[in-house]
Amino acid sequence: MATKILDLPDSSFVLPGNRSCAGCGIGIALRQITAALEGRMVMTVPASCLTVLGGMYPVSSVDVPWVNVAFPSTAAAASGIAAGLRAIGRADEMTVLAMAGDGGTGDIGIQALSGAAERNEDFIYLCYDNEAYMNTGTQRSGLTPAGARTTTTWAGKRENPKDLPRIMEAHGIPYVASTSAAYPTDVYDKVVKARGITGLRYIHMNTPCPSGWGFDPKDTVRLGKLAVDAGLVVLYEVEEGVFRLTGRSASLAKSGKLRTSVAEYLATQSRFRGMDVAAIEAVQSWVDGRWAGYVARDAEACG
Amino acid sequence: MSVMTGNEAAATAAKLARVQVIAAYPITPQSPVVETLSAWVESGELPAEFVAVESEHSALTVCIGASTVGARVFTATSSNGLAYMNEQVWWAAGARLPIVMCIANRALAAPWNVLNDQQDSMSERDAGWIQLYCRDNQEILDTTIQAYRIAERLHVPVMVCYDGFLLSHTMMPVSVPNAESIDAFLPPLAAPLTVVDTADPRNIGPVVMADPRADQTGVVRPGYMELRVMHQRALLEALKVIPEVDAVYAEATGRSWGGLVWGHLLDDADVVIVAAGSLATQATVAVETLRSEGIKAGVLGIRSYRPFPADAVRKALAGRKVALVFDKALSYGYEGPICADVRAAMLGADSSPPVFGAVCGLGGREVGPEHVADAARRAITDADTGVSIRETDWINLKLEG
Repeated sequence: MATKILDLPDSSFVLPGNRSCAGCGIGIALRQITAALEGRMVMTVPASCLTVLGGMYPVSSVDVPWVNVAFPSTAAAASGIAAGLRAIGRADEMTVLAMAGDGGTGDIGIQALSGAAERNEDFIYLCYDNEAYMNTGTQRSGLTPAGARTTTTWAGKRENPKDLPRIMEAHGIPYVASTSAAYPTDVYDKVVKARGITGLRYIHMNTPCPSGWGFDPKDTVRLGKLAVDAGLVVLYEVEEGVFRLTGRSASLAKSGKLRTSVAEYLATQSRFRGMDVAAIEAVQSWVDGRWAGYVARDAEACG
Repeated sequence: MSVMTGNEAAATAAKLARVQVIAAYPITPQSPVVETLSAWVESGELPAEFVAVESEHSALTVCIGASTVGARVFTATSSNGLAYMNEQVWWAAGARLPIVMCIANRALAAPWNVLNDQQDSMSERDAGWIQLYCRDNQEILDTTIQAYRIAERLHVPVMVCYDGFLLSHTMMPVSVPNAESIDAFLPPLAAPLTVVDTADPRNIGPVVMADPRADQTGVVRPGYMELRVMHQRALLEALKVIPEVDAVYAEATGRSWGGLVWGHLLDDADVVIVAAGSLATQATVAVETLRSEGIKAGVLGIRSYRPFPADAVRKALAGRKVALVFDKALSYGYEGPICADVRAAMLGADSSPPVFGAVCGLGGREVGPEHVADAARRAITDADTGVSIRETDWINLKLEG
């Protein structure tokens, strides 16, 4: 049963005031993530926007144990923390949560993550995907969408993003989920579910970024939802190999069609301003194909 | 007394130290260390977590994670594996984690070469680790155990370095201390989980600014440079702690290795050969040959390369006729790294002899007692003719023309 927004816990381990940008999607989601784990957790975080949010010594913006680690090493550090907690007999006291951005996960961190997934290490890995290297000034990552202008793709990125949740699914880990920071209850429910599972649990979270994407900070949630309505972001989970759409994406599948065109979504952000009609149509066609695949997988599992 | 390779001595030491988490990735000539440990973990002989990671970068990262929560950890590597770890070598030291890592010293690529020199660990000189070099397999076992006590006392990681193949794969008699004596020498880590605790959450290793900053209660906390000077002071304190730990170990096991440096026939020596690792053992044979020819020769073995025992080196070399420093590594564009340090230590010291450098053994090039003795004879001739500065001598080099 999905949690309703008014039923989300009041408890939060994110303290008032932090250094993230106005409208940052990470801050919204981190409240739900830490609440879902009831603070009984240790986070491990590489160089990323999250490091900035966490604060500069000697103050911290988050009231849970937090271990900063080197950029490529998040999943290996989480493996080490989990092994260390087992070795000293305190593994039951806390969930190990690795949390990194799209570049830290899908580019520089993918080797350590793949190794940890193959070993089925016992931690939750949550990738907040803001679709570029935002902390260093909006450079392209392997998860930047086609058409997006970044500070290393001035004319717009040519390639579609890599499908990281799909890559993680191919490792045969017990739980893979795709969610969006614009849907706090979807985030919360997936972290709660992941908490109850042993082994490597991977959650991919689309996370709108006002400064990197070029939109008004007040529109973070609206744009996150629009991405789901356009089918660019799909809410789903794969539990022990069984796929199902969740939340808004499940409703869209039931209704028979996506609510918004790719063009309408792209028009909301300055990063896509350089795209011509052909480029937009190419993305629409890519999205349509993917969406049909998700709907078919969902129907297959339900049937 | 057992007979074992250097790698088996390292693995045996890790077991005696009751390490709790082991992470490693295969690389020649280190691989048998972790093969041995993984077998002991699988059989239950060693109750520890063995994490078979996908790279050396992750091997050291797993140790960083596990050490952060308070577990005693171990890893080992060589050559390009250590180079691949480089980012985490610095991280482990800056995070002040008491990690012990064995290095079976091997030449760095390119071109590929699996044989011994010490370029791999010497290239990590400035990373803030303690580096100890072993002359034989007994010293590998004893030093690895001592390393935990040193690391945990100072919160500084320790590399225990030994020559690939020459020690790693060579069988030697090794006396294995009984577990009770090592348990007394090295008790379990006290109070684990002091820094990762949900009841007292802390942000470990966040951004630290250049200048000190006040926390929420107004207490001023160190800036980056203050943390660095604390780290430096810990390394300098190791100059005292390394010999102290060796002395305590001698009480526990009856064996002492001399702490920072060691000497062989040093007392009346005119010519002193300075070296680290198994080469220093070769040098003890060379000086005996030289003495049979009437040349008063001795050996100064460098056991602790970082911290560098400048005082001990000054004391050992003052008043000699000449010092000849052998390196199995090179700082390209200058000279051998130990030679540069010895020369710097002697600069301005009373009665400093000329300090000459010799580079040898790169990529496994043979260097035996006869090569060492020949180089020592050349050094004496040069010193006798008033030469005080000369180019690095390349030992057993076979360039045409």
